[in-house]
Amino acid sequence: MLVEVDDIHVRYGDLVALRGISLKVEESEVVCIIGPNGAGKSTTLAAIAGGVTPHAGTIRVGGQSILGQRPEQVARLGLSLVPEGRHIFGTLTVEENLRIGGYIQRDRAAAKADFDRLLELFPRLAERLRFPAGRLSGGEQQMLAVARAVMTRPRLLLVDEPSLGLAPKIIDQIYEILLDLRQRVKLTLLINEQSSTRILKHADRLYVLRGGRMQLEGRAADLQDGEAIRHAYFGFDEGQAARMETTA
Amino acid sequence: MIQLLQNLIDAISLGSIYALVALGIGLLFGILRLINFAHGDFITIGSYALIVPSADVTARLLIGAWAWPVMIPTICLIVVIVALLTDALAFRPLRRASSPTLMIASFAVSYIIQHGVLMAYGSRPKAVDLWSGANTQVLIGDLRVPMLQLITLAVTLVLMLAISLFLKKTSYGVQMRAAAEDFRMAQYLGVRGNVVIGIAFAISGILAAAVSLLYTTQSGSLSYTMGVPLALFAFVAVVVGGMGSLVGAVVGGFTIGFIVTMLQAYLPPDLRAFRDAFAFAFVILVLLVRPAGLVPARSTFERV
Repeated sequence: MLVEVDDIHVRYGDLVALRGISLKVEESEVVCIIGPNGAGKSTTLAAIAGGVTPHAGTIRVGGQSILGQRPEQVARLGLSLVPEGRHIFGTLTVEENLRIGGYIQRDRAAAKADFDRLLELFPRLAERLRFPAGRLSGGEQQMLAVARAVMTRPRLLLVDEPSLGLAPKIIDQIYEILLDLRQRVKLTLLINEQSSTRILKHADRLYVLRGGRMQLEGRAADLQDGEAIRHAYFGFDEGQAARMETTA
Repeated sequence: MIQLLQNLIDAISLGSIYALVALGIGLLFGILRLINFAHGDFITIGSYALIVPSADVTARLLIGAWAWPVMIPTICLIVVIVALLTDALAFRPLRRASSPTLMIASFAVSYIIQHGVLMAYGSRPKAVDLWSGANTQVLIGDLRVPMLQLITLAVTLVLMLAISLFLKKTSYGVQMRAAAEDFRMAQYLGVRGNVVIGIAFAISGILAAAVSLLYTTQSGSLSYTMGVPLALFAFVAVVVGGMGSLVGAVVGGFTIGFIVTMLQAYLPPDLRAFRDAFAFAFVILVLLVRPAGLVPARSTFERV
């Protein structure tokens, strides 16, 4: 088991974000968490990456608890987060953004080799190495965020809403890159998305999150018709919807 | 004409000092969002480390009497250690605290250092003759420039160049810039937060040590509150230059040095006592026109 999240609760002050989330990710899986805005998807990924500390529950990576570890320590265990909104270092050049990810490696020659190999995968970035990263287009920034995270040589890539604010064609490219990387560098993927339409054909397993609770989990192959997902996502069936209409 | 040039040289020299102090404050603000008012007291410590600890009025040189190739690194080392201790004891426990909390903590550190110095050395200002040769005048055409002013400018340029090379060319420098822009994201990528913050404190310590040597040589006196006005003017310089921008801190430092020197030279004698009030009024004017400072941080815009 690569990552095992067991019944974590997270609060921001008075606001309860997660009310007992459990999930697991096995080596070389593609797992997706879907859910509406504010469901707690980003908080779940941030908690796994060490950016948020749950006040109850455990998170294990390779069997070891990582609770209370700082993000830079979790990164050294082979987990890398591509956050929502990309968080590119806009005043640094594209090259510097990529190098930051490589500093974690003790072996400088290996980091250099990774850098060169990534540039072959991302020709758009290779052309813009000296650019301030803030000047890249949204799609290019998302690619940079992915490439930068891969520079840390992660076993598990946590990707938070990669399609946010991007054109459908660009989103397809991003997914192509993610799945291609998965083959080439043996990545495990845990991806957050708001919609299941694109992810259903790529994911091995799916979790549906709403209101800080896990509503549904299952193999993507079993959920293809989408009915169960819709139910979990919106939280009511047609009968309930009808009742709500009559009371309104 | 000669008089104006003479004043300009004074302005550049004073501006260099403010720029060095502002750089030390700006560096920590960039990474920690800490406005470190104790930075002035780092300078005080560097200066007092030169003399024998005693309450006597006349100061006897201790480290200050050593040969300069030994004296300068020793003073730097002492101030760097104080800066790192400050971080470890006062600011590290407050890593998740808000910016105003950190600033108030820095006032506390400032008071502790000042009163520590007060207890060890007494409250009366002391005369110190660090390097009397520094006031020899160098003739450039018709201009008479004290050697110390040239040295101050040279030291400032060398330190700025060194810092800029460090930030651009070394791996820790790039990590510091990344952390200054988005601390949490840098951590997600494996940048060790405490190491980067420690380096920032160490650099601000070196800057403070340089200022303490230059300033003590120039003023020839020590007092336990000597760092306070320096930190205050440097803080104003950081604000005028643009919070979070290092280039801004330097530009702001020189701007404040220029304003103060010119006011001192050209205000009517009756008004000179109010020089600082005029200087701060000018600062308000600058901020009315450019609220983000002369060189705003994050000038590269980010796309959504």
